[in-house]
Amino acid sequence: MSNLNVSLSPHVHSGNSVRKSMLDVLIALAPALCVSFYYYGLGAVVVTLTSVVSCVLFEYLIEKFILKTEVRIGDLSAVLTGVLLAFNVPSNLPVWIIIIGALIAIGVGKMTFGGLGQNIFNPALVGRVFLLVAFPAQMTTWPQPMQQAHYTDVTTGATPLYLFQQYVAGDTEALQQMPSALDMLLGMHGGSLGEVCALALIIGGIYMLCRKTITWHIPVSILLAAFCTAFLCYGFDIHLALQQILAGGLMLGAIYMATDYVTSPVTPRGQLLYGCLIGVLAILIRRFGSYPEGMSFAILMLNACSPLINKYIKPRRFGVTK
Amino acid sequence: MKTFRMGGVHPAANKLSAGVAIRPIDIPALVAIPMAQNLGAPSKPVVVKGDKVKVGTVIAEPGGFLSSYIHSSVSGTVDKIDMVPDATGKKVPAVFIKVEGDEWEDTIDRSEDLVRELKITDPKAITDRIFHSGIVGMGGATFPTQVKLAPPPGMKCEVVIINAVECEPYLTSDHSLMLEHAEEILVGVTALMCAMQVRKAIIGIEANKPDAIALMTQKAAAYKGITIQPLKLKYPQGGEKQLIDACIGKQVPSGGLPIATGALVQNVGTAFAVYQAVQKNKPLIDRIVTVTGKSLAHPSNFLARIGIPIANLIEAAGGLPEDTGKVISGGPMMGKAMPEVNSYMVKGCSGILIMPNAEARRKQAEPCLRCAKCVDVCPMGLSPLFISKYSQKQMWAEAEEERIYDCIECGSCSFTCPSHRPLLDWIRQGKGKVMGIMRARAAEAKAKAEAEKAKAEAK
Ligand code: SF4
Ligand code: SF4
Repeated sequence: MSNLNVSLSPHVHSGNSVRKSMLDVLIALAPALCVSFYYYGLGAVVVTLTSVVSCVLFEYLIEKFILKTEVRIGDLSAVLTGVLLAFNVPSNLPVWIIIIGALIAIGVGKMTFGGLGQNIFNPALVGRVFLLVAFPAQMTTWPQPMQQAHYTDVTTGATPLYLFQQYVAGDTEALQQMPSALDMLLGMHGGSLGEVCALALIIGGIYMLCRKTITWHIPVSILLAAFCTAFLCYGFDIHLALQQILAGGLMLGAIYMATDYVTSPVTPRGQLLYGCLIGVLAILIRRFGSYPEGMSFAILMLNACSPLINKYIKPRRFGVTK
Repeated sequence: MKTFRMGGVHPAANKLSAGVAIRPIDIPALVAIPMAQNLGAPSKPVVVKGDKVKVGTVIAEPGGFLSSYIHSSVSGTVDKIDMVPDATGKKVPAVFIKVEGDEWEDTIDRSEDLVRELKITDPKAITDRIFHSGIVGMGGATFPTQVKLAPPPGMKCEVVIINAVECEPYLTSDHSLMLEHAEEILVGVTALMCAMQVRKAIIGIEANKPDAIALMTQKAAAYKGITIQPLKLKYPQGGEKQLIDACIGKQVPSGGLPIATGALVQNVGTAFAVYQAVQKNKPLIDRIVTVTGKSLAHPSNFLARIGIPIANLIEAAGGLPEDTGKVISGGPMMGKAMPEVNSYMVKGCSGILIMPNAEARRKQAEPCLRCAKCVDVCPMGLSPLFISKYSQKQMWAEAEEERIYDCIECGSCSFTCPSHRPLLDWIRQGKGKVMGIMRARAAEAKAKAEAEKAKAEAK
């Protein structure tokens, strides 16, 4: 009768698991994915499948044959990286480029740091930014929605962010072509596969908040800071500022990319600072940088600052008054 | 509804034995009363083999300032003084008594009558009676009550807070005590208020015990100064610091005593023991204990004499199931897993929890995700992911900087971690080490200051 287990307290567990957290994020992404399938049809399906399959496969191969560690694809984190990578590229991107993106995301963005939990940068963004630099032409032609039967042969057109840039450069016509804020909320415009329908992204975000997968601090602070900065940068126009936070990858980034557990700060106050800086930076890059989109760069830069933020911003302690 | 402000988790309550009437356990032929039943120094036996004792006879005296009296819980003959395992398997001395009949000291009032009027009204005399009745904190901390009732000079008690939260899953001993002895508890609280010379007491009860809240509120109307405070369900609300925060909105300063907030916290079981000591002159010789578990035939609340074998309790609740993987003394969040079922009932034992094999083993730890869930739930505002890492890597300075010593070992961090990391295992180790280093440093600084003072005086 002495085969009793004597592990230390606590003796019960919440039942949380890495897999459950990742699954929750995937469920939250489902509405946006459905919208993408609807708008971009074949292209969206091919791109997403390629990205997910290659991310999982690369993770499996690297863990099994290069690092020779336990294979952890069951935790679904590679699936999530795959979906997020797909969400961040245009739906007419050729398969081989996606595979390269997946290799960079998993191989460089995640595994070189030691796998899940060790990486400094969001793997999907590492993949995306690499593709943006290596294949600028393919990464910046944006298919227009509602051509479901087409993949790489789709008609492309300007994105709202491109029109913004034209407008800032002095082309006043550009504003006329801009979709309304409502259209942007619903996603009727060109852009990366998963970023176009802000509404679907917000619904998923609310789901994650309810499930306590994420807290409100990062998304809310990004959106508020971005809105205020855009208001200041684009002639104090509320409508333009609203279009800014609905356009491009800002919503996707704020809700799903910047909130990545591994690469964001751990304290609520740290998260607020991190979110505010991302929001401000993203808009500044859009307004003054040479790329029309600044969200990925802003998040990556703040990813790099997370350890520093963790070092200097501590949780509020119990019974300590400063 | 009130609750504490920082962190906290919601483990499944599993109060299987809620509402089960308290049942006395038969006295066996032989009991073993351990001599280490309080926090601090163990007690010193004052009986020898062959001595005749009755229920309530003093068998051990305090072994130091922070120590307690121990009384015989049965009548009979002292058989031997020998080592027995405690709940953690550590060997401690115990007085074995061969039971003969059930004869009580005749100073003890054994009647069931409720005595409302306080029999002792002098604060000093109440504390003295509590001391001589061997009362310790009944919530599991087993801090000698008389020491807690004497705050250090300069500290003033303004309110007595009674911990009737019972936030540990499974346990129902406090709950059943309130349902069956509401008024005795209220009289006990009145005695504690008198001892502390305060006019106010708050009894904190979590919202998952609506029957106890209703009953206590109804009865408390007749007792001046006592209010019942329903509390929102959240673990670890029964932690002293969390309970004070929840009830009066004050935070115990880090490194300070709880009394610095003006609050004195006592467990509801302690209040009941105080009632028995003050009104009935009955020392602490028995207590309510929950014996529970999903695989157990009859999860129960027992009135058990101190010194009864734990195995008897389990037997009375239906016997140890085949597939038992863990036997826990206390609750599932902070209780201790027993290496074997061969220890004896002590004053601080609020529950015995049986866990089947399937639940007894932890899942394998995976790498930290930095998801910050542990930071969110820590009721002390610590960063468990970092302090556990510092402990693991023996980075003591960093661990101290991150206030590892403030950890109350509630286990919320390990409970919540999606990667199943045994955070508290590491933190507990690091905390011990860091506190040792801090004590050594303080002692060194003191010695140095004294040497310098001596030098200065010599000049
Ligand atoms: S809860 Fe676990 S995985 Fe999450 S940050 Fe804390 S230690 Fe890491
Ligand atoms: S065990 Fe310590 S570190 Fe973990 S949650 Fe409780 S107080 Fe915080």
